[in-house]
Amino acid sequence: MSGVHAPPRALPSVRPARPPRLWPTVGALLRKELLVELRTLESVPGMSLFAVTTFVLFHFALNRSSVEGDLAAGILWVTLLFAAILGVNRLFVADADQGGFDGFLLAPVDRSAMFLSKVLTLLAFLVVLELVAVPAFALLLLGSPLGPALPGLLATLALGDLGVAVIGTLVAAMAVQTRARDLLGPLLALPLFVPIVIGGARATSPLLVAVHPGTPALRWLLTLGLYDLLFGLIAYALFDFLLED
Amino acid sequence: MEAQSRRVAGSSETKNRRRDGAVMYGRGLPTLSIATVVAIAVSLSLVFFYAPLEAEQGFLQKIFYVHVPLAIIALCGFVLGGLLAIQHLRTRDPRWDMRSYVVIHMSLIFAVGTLITGSIWAKGSWGHWWVWSEPTLVSFLIVFLLYATYQPLRFAIEDPERQSRYASVFAITAGAFVPANFIAVRLSTAYLHPRVLGSTSNLPASMALTFLVSLGALSLLFATLCKYELTAKHTRSQIRALRRRLDGGDAGAPARARSAVPSLQHLTTSGAGPVVSAPAAGSSAR
Repeated sequence: MSGVHAPPRALPSVRPARPPRLWPTVGALLRKELLVELRTLESVPGMSLFAVTTFVLFHFALNRSSVEGDLAAGILWVTLLFAAILGVNRLFVADADQGGFDGFLLAPVDRSAMFLSKVLTLLAFLVVLELVAVPAFALLLLGSPLGPALPGLLATLALGDLGVAVIGTLVAAMAVQTRARDLLGPLLALPLFVPIVIGGARATSPLLVAVHPGTPALRWLLTLGLYDLLFGLIAYALFDFLLED
Repeated sequence: MEAQSRRVAGSSETKNRRRDGAVMYGRGLPTLSIATVVAIAVSLSLVFFYAPLEAEQGFLQKIFYVHVPLAIIALCGFVLGGLLAIQHLRTRDPRWDMRSYVVIHMSLIFAVGTLITGSIWAKGSWGHWWVWSEPTLVSFLIVFLLYATYQPLRFAIEDPERQSRYASVFAITAGAFVPANFIAVRLSTAYLHPRVLGSTSNLPASMALTFLVSLGALSLLFATLCKYELTAKHTRSQIRALRRRLDGGDAGAPARARSAVPSLQHLTTSGAGPVVSAPAAGSSAR
């Protein structure tokens, strides 16, 4: 009797009864990503430096010492998106080249954890990027005071970052398995970023004028939010299919 | 039973090909082609002899009957490609991937046509080859730029199974992007500029009729071309499978050349049933 029951009783002690829950897994993965970035400093310093250099380029290309309104919003958003592309390109490279995918797929965890942790990682990268790039922009190019514009700008940037992180993660996971990964990533991502530029730049431009700065129109924040939601759901639903191997 | 089927292998093969829709692909193609030719002839004669000349733009406005249907069909084709891709991810049947690929491929060609006719129309009526204030044209360009990466994406992934899976993920994402992008671009211009070209609701009846006939005719053209391409692709993969068999089974099969076209290789060896498997069993018995 006891001999019959012994193996089933022994098994649960070897294997956990149920797989680890989603959010602790996401937390562990996020911690891993941030630790890797802290030790290698592969993405964020490059992205920040790229953004600052691009502002310098814009100064000479436009031959202006300060910009305002539409032009300022456009320069800020385009620069941030191009800098984000650098991070998107690097996002899965270590996982693809050094067996990160294999290790993750062998672990008995929900695959969505990979998606969520990568989105949060990219989001963190973007926040750090903007901590450098926005003050640098205000210092180098912006002709209007940054202070009054800050609350609206932060709200718009947060919504834009969410969209960039979601789309960037999906595109990065797709592009990393291709032969020309550095080429396909931006090609796939930029058209998908167009609505973010539309929403972000239109919402930001009334903030960045010297006289009577306005508030971002609710319409554009709503557009950004809906776009984030739509692509968040799509990417969440489709990401698993990119991991099967 | 097996011996019997092997004895009449030749006749059972042809019979299977005719009875089984999965093997006989070109069915209905002649009828469809003739219907398309007739429909296009009718729509062109309506365009040139029935629809009235527009007061402001004159003869140039006739391009409307080609441009707008092309655009509508291309966009619907892109969305349809996404829906077929959902079906592919659900069933894992490579034939759905093939359909999705063909529909997107054809829509891309129609989209090029849309952009060219749109540019000509814009030059004729507004004096510029490109007009940013026309949101439909602008969003169309963005959608086109996105879908232009579909073939490079496929081409850059060598493993056929992974290629089809990734292409489906792309097709679904992009299919959802099409309406989202249109809304965003429309929002960005709607407040500044009144719509120059309204929907069909404000057209006179004769123009609306001509437009609908053109739309129907070009939809038929789209369906015919898709069916032609599907037939050609299926036939080619079938011929390849047969040639492989002639050359002595799967062992000596050459590696598949790098290609953006979906592979039906595992379909022709398993899905097509008796056509391929019966002689393979025979050769192994030998």
